[in-house]
Amino acid sequence: MVKTLFDKIWDSHVVKSVAEGLDVLFIDQHYIHEVTSPQAFDGLRNRGIQVLFPERCTATTDHNVPTVNQLKPIKDPLSATQVASLQKNCEEFGIELYGIGHEKQGIVHIIGPELGITQPGMTIVCGDSHTSTHGAFGTIAFGIGTSQVEQVLAAQALILSHPKTMKIEVSGTLGFGVSSKDVILYIISKLGTQGATGHFVEYAGDVFRNMSMEERMTVCNMSIEMGARGGLIGIDDRTIDYVASKTEISEEKIAYWKSLNTDQDAEFDQVISLKGEDIQPMVTTGTAPDTGVTFGKNVGDASHLSQKALEYMQFKPGEKIDDQKIDYVFIGSCTNGRIEDLRSVADLVKGKKKANNVNVWVVPGSMKVRSQAIEENLDKIFTEAGFEFREPGCSACLAMNDDKIPAGSLCVSTSNRNFEGRQGDGARTVLASPLTAAASAITGKITDPRVFLNEN
Amino acid sequence: MKINSTTIPLPIDNIDTDQIIPAKFLKQVDKKGYGKHLFRNWRYSEGDSQDPDFILNKPERKEATILLAGNNFGCGSSREHAAWALADFGIRAIISTQFADIFKGNAYNNGIVPIELEKEQVNVLIRGSLQNPNLKIEIDLENQKVLSPALGIKETFDIHPFKKQCLVEGVNETEFLINLRPEIQEFESKRIQLP
Repeated sequence: MVKTLFDKIWDSHVVKSVAEGLDVLFIDQHYIHEVTSPQAFDGLRNRGIQVLFPERCTATTDHNVPTVNQLKPIKDPLSATQVASLQKNCEEFGIELYGIGHEKQGIVHIIGPELGITQPGMTIVCGDSHTSTHGAFGTIAFGIGTSQVEQVLAAQALILSHPKTMKIEVSGTLGFGVSSKDVILYIISKLGTQGATGHFVEYAGDVFRNMSMEERMTVCNMSIEMGARGGLIGIDDRTIDYVASKTEISEEKIAYWKSLNTDQDAEFDQVISLKGEDIQPMVTTGTAPDTGVTFGKNVGDASHLSQKALEYMQFKPGEKIDDQKIDYVFIGSCTNGRIEDLRSVADLVKGKKKANNVNVWVVPGSMKVRSQAIEENLDKIFTEAGFEFREPGCSACLAMNDDKIPAGSLCVSTSNRNFEGRQGDGARTVLASPLTAAASAITGKITDPRVFLNEN
Repeated sequence: MKINSTTIPLPIDNIDTDQIIPAKFLKQVDKKGYGKHLFRNWRYSEGDSQDPDFILNKPERKEATILLAGNNFGCGSSREHAAWALADFGIRAIISTQFADIFKGNAYNNGIVPIELEKEQVNVLIRGSLQNPNLKIEIDLENQKVLSPALGIKETFDIHPFKKQCLVEGVNETEFLINLRPEIQEFESKRIQLP
């Protein structure tokens, strides 16, 4: 029987069926961070039980951590308590923790792949909606609530309904200056924030095949922004080479992983076909990730734009999106905080200076990304451009630490959400690729990165 | 199990969990007291003073336990704090045309019934509620009905029998899974172990 990659992984993880369409699914890997786990650990203590498979759990602190003077005590007592709770819980329940100062610390979705923990064919969960990132490796990876975090700690399994499947095929090649972030912003602008609700997506086609693993992670990361339960990409030599560069893997494993790919003629509940040639650099104009437009367009040309969103963003429908004056640039997050992102920014800004009206924060996704950037002297390029090169964490993606965009300020951000107040109360967010963020940092306005790039 | 209550209409599409509860209120290590921060940035004007014009603050809505929301309610972040805040505020059911998947699961796990109806019916309920804040509607979970004779609404909604059983009989999914631990351990030990 022909099957999709999703169904092969799902079927091999079903412990038992509870009822029609509802399975107990075994979870291979559980990532944990400080914000969505304390109540789950309390639940175990109240029941007087232990974590069933602590070796299948990996924890890090990322959401609350400062990105300046990270090793000093956290000033906000609530953040400090949350970070301390995770440490205490991990000690008590025997879970590996990469906390502040650890060489392996970083954003949970950056470190999982980076440490070789995320591997093809796995089921992966975390109390965080961007867990879909790990789908780049051909995994079923998705975000869960805290009650489910408790369930996975207690039983390493979840009761789940089988989602519908959707194939999003992007054929052809990408144009000059178009990056993986533009591809996913384009897809979301086509489908809307609820376009894939109830579905698990497989991204297929040459555009994804030609992407690096880090680019694939950027795409899968934002699957949740169109409502998908998750998104995954078939396993190929790039997948295997990446994992093999992080950890030792056997020939048997490689053969097994390759056998998991979607069979020819396997059917999906829904198929969307798009062309790579139609995709241009994109920026969002509203307060949801589906409001992307290309450069040269008016704000009002964006799809899914509400009056409420326009008012919040202080944009007028007839205005050009280009040349809107900005106040902040944030480069980082689980979407675009990896070394290739920092390299692309450094390539563009090398020898240039940021505009005076802009504050630019470059926040690497992990300690390893940070060290690598320093080894490649990217930090010097950033500093010389007037950018702040900071320490790793989620930072201004959701502003749980001190990295808040002030009310009314406009920020070009490489993160994943432009919701009202996401980057700080009253902050206005424009989502973009690292290249667009870099170009905008130089001009002080929302800027098409192709202005700065040489085609050859 | 029946819920008979007035309602709170919030006819805005794509209400994300950052609006339901902003990130700065996710720093507690317990599940208590999130209700006061529910829709924080919409409900409060400058500082801590409640905006009297926001629907949740209106005296005639204080007793309501049913929220009538726009499409795609609860999208975005997986934070269960959103469900904790709604439950703590007193919400027991939400009626919308569609819920985001993670939020829907979180709602069930906190005893909130997420009910999906056709757009036409949701609009009738919202209009009726805006016109008459004292209008009560009934949710009959056993029979999967939303009832409002005054509005001519007698709609059946879908709910998985297992989820219904959990809500009606108070079956806890976590307990259910803990009882399966021996089976899960057995499953784990028999999984293909490749070198």
